[in-house]
Amino acid sequence: MSIAEIKEATQHLTFKLDEEVFALDISKVREVLEYTSVTKVPQTPGFMKGVINLRGGVVPVVDLRLKFGMLEAEKTVNTCIIIVEIELDGEKTVLGALADSVQEVHDFEADQIEPAPKIGTKLNTDFIKGMGKRDDQFIMILDIDKVFSSDELALVQDAGSVKDSEASDACISK
Amino acid sequence: MSMMDQHKEVFKEEAYERLSELEDSLLELEERTDDIDLISSIFRALHTIKGSGSMFGFDEIAKFTHEVETVFDCVRNGEMPVTKELIDLTLSARDHIKELLDNPDNVNLQRAGEIISSLKNLSPNSDALKEECNCSPALPSIENDTAADEKEEETVYRIEFVPGHDVFMKGINPVMLLNELQTLGECRIIAMTDAIPQLDYFNPECCYTYWDIFLTTSQGINAIKDVFIFVEDDCELSISVIDSSLDSSVKKLGEILMERGEVTPENLQEVLNKQRPVGELLVENGVTSPQEVESALAEQKHIKEAREKQKTTETVSSIRVSSDKLDSLVDLVGELVTVQARLTQKANTGSDPDLLLISEEVERLTEELRDNTMGVRMVPIGTMFSKFKRLVRDLSNEVGKEIEMTTDGAETELDKTVIEKLNDPVVHLIRNSIDHGIESPEGREAAGKPKMGKVHLSARHSGANVLIEIIDDGAGLNPEAIKAKAIEKGLIGSDAELSEKEIFSLVLAPGFSTAKKVTSVSGRGVGMDVVKRNIEALRGSIDISSNKGKGSTITLKLPLTLAIIDGLLVKLGTDVYVMPLSIVEECVELTDKDIEKAHGRQIANVRGEIVPYINLREQFMINGGKPEIEQIVIARVDEQRVGYVVDDVIGEHQTVIKSLGKFYKHVEGVSGATILGDGNVALILDAPKLMHTAVIDEVAEAAV
Repeated sequence: MSIAEIKEATQHLTFKLDEEVFALDISKVREVLEYTSVTKVPQTPGFMKGVINLRGGVVPVVDLRLKFGMLEAEKTVNTCIIIVEIELDGEKTVLGALADSVQEVHDFEADQIEPAPKIGTKLNTDFIKGMGKRDDQFIMILDIDKVFSSDELALVQDAGSVKDSEASDACISK
Repeated sequence: MSMMDQHKEVFKEEAYERLSELEDSLLELEERTDDIDLISSIFRALHTIKGSGSMFGFDEIAKFTHEVETVFDCVRNGEMPVTKELIDLTLSARDHIKELLDNPDNVNLQRAGEIISSLKNLSPNSDALKEECNCSPALPSIENDTAADEKEEETVYRIEFVPGHDVFMKGINPVMLLNELQTLGECRIIAMTDAIPQLDYFNPECCYTYWDIFLTTSQGINAIKDVFIFVEDDCELSISVIDSSLDSSVKKLGEILMERGEVTPENLQEVLNKQRPVGELLVENGVTSPQEVESALAEQKHIKEAREKQKTTETVSSIRVSSDKLDSLVDLVGELVTVQARLTQKANTGSDPDLLLISEEVERLTEELRDNTMGVRMVPIGTMFSKFKRLVRDLSNEVGKEIEMTTDGAETELDKTVIEKLNDPVVHLIRNSIDHGIESPEGREAAGKPKMGKVHLSARHSGANVLIEIIDDGAGLNPEAIKAKAIEKGLIGSDAELSEKEIFSLVLAPGFSTAKKVTSVSGRGVGMDVVKRNIEALRGSIDISSNKGKGSTITLKLPLTLAIIDGLLVKLGTDVYVMPLSIVEECVELTDKDIEKAHGRQIANVRGEIVPYINLREQFMINGGKPEIEQIVIARVDEQRVGYVVDDVIGEHQTVIKSLGKFYKHVEGVSGATILGDGNVALILDAPKLMHTAVIDEVAEAAV
């Protein structure tokens, strides 16, 4: 989905990673959970935190900080898991995204959203649907389907073995 | 989905079932060509398909089936012998009906015509048949007279037809049946309306009316039964001869009343005993004897009892449930098992004896519920076997070999999903046996074996597993040829020393095929590794044994169910993992001293036996200090004993298997996840995979 498609006022859930504020289309979000213990799956890259029990179902959890190349954070009372429903190869998949804290649900008017700049976001611009303006602050609206697209996952699989050392580093810092 | 669509779905489902029955009966008929029961059951199946087909608008099916049925009517009347051609043709007719069912819009009329005309040519009085078929085109409900029936005299039948209240729901229109009856002969229909309730209680969707029908026809009782053939389960039907011209004596009032059930046997008995005029007059006038009346009464009693017995068996027999419902039931039971584990844990840690009692009760009930639910999903493997009979028959024709297939253990039950997923691998194995295993008839004779080759399929339970064996008496595997081929393909080194078993298991490697020529049946070398993968995906294993010149046996070992297993909880660092208990043989301790003694080799000495082990801490790169005494869980993988070193063994756990999903599909060494009593997720270890990875790693290290 590109910026051209964001025409109407849409509700977004905003959350924080480090000092930055991100937003997700509310229709993608199923619920927000408190951080619970995550079971690590061996031999996977560090950003794939593991799996949790969501009312009897097994749901994978991804650390967005690590996914976006930031440093892993200490868990606080505000740390939460945002359960999103994404489309993976045309199939609906439920996934948890680890965030530092969840802020609010915000209405963006169409004119408050601008296309993402090609440089300067420090992120793969494919992941960003647009930049939302709130007061003086810019909020990155994520295209969550792209973030977890199968291409991205395929990269992960290839890098998996290489990143094993990194994964174990992450374990130490925990 | 509209009501009609629903009916159509039900019809289709039933028709598929009838078709598979038809196939079974046909194949059996080939062996016992004079079994009249089989012929009747074939006729019934055809008739049902035809009847309900026309009712739900599958006109092509009805028309086509009608023609086949006409031929089988001749067979039923003994005018046509059962020959191989007849069975061949009927089987292809069956396939055609199935095609028509699969896509009713795509009709291959030419093929239908071919089948029909060859069928008719088989018939001795083929001309008569052709004529008949021409005059009754799309009206399948009209029963065709056969020569035998025509010879019969006119007979009066009394038909009591009491449809069940819910016949309308099943899409049956009684009026159509009555109309059909009228075509058979002179017909007097009396509608009985006394069962219709008052308007307050009247449900317009129920059928309350029943009918008494007097029919004079020359077409015999079969023709009447055929009219009701596909409603007979949904109604009470009795057909009796009330006046046959062969039977010259006219029936007496008492008999008629009794036959009609308007005088109960008790009443009549009473009258006979006490009221002198009726009983004794009858006897005195020499019209009937008391014995005759008694015997008539006894007969009625007998029929009544028999009918009641039939009723009770019908009610307990079976119901149809969609598999989706069963799947969600199993899911729910899975969740319940999880919650129950939590409850037990909570009760055990607390000090409330009442709670402990309750939790034990719940545990027992849950276990029973689990076993019952799993039992519901179990289906006998026989349904799959009968499909293979057809396969063997067709294939042996195709490759020009004479092969007989025998089965045993068809009643062995397996989880529905396992049976579904087992189909393709077993088809492949049977194909292999027929194509590569069994020799040509000449070859067999030269080798001093009977001309007819044998493929035997058997199934039996063995503990928590089911063993399925495919045994042929063909040429067997040639170990030298396999080894040479494997060396040629680079699967093993030229100097590899392998046991016979290991050589045979090479056949399962990707890209391996020893057949010299590729046929349509097999030999592309893509098969066996796919078979192996499929079987492993079902958490099963394959074992091949063979005796050169004598034949080979392929054994598939499969778990009874896929959804829930018994697991052994083990600890690694802070995480808990589950090892499938079915493969675990024992647990032994591993101390630092043992490791020292082994000089860096990962081999344990278990009561004098050497057992290699895999250090899961290393494999999973788990950091942190290992405990002083570790545990080795010894499991049997691929007929070998392998140890898996873990920090600690916690205990048994009923494991509901959950998929890790797409996200983690490439993860090796873990086959799924489960939820523990405390709500945490534990991963299920994939023992065979872990061993294979360890072997590969070792080879790679040795190369460096």
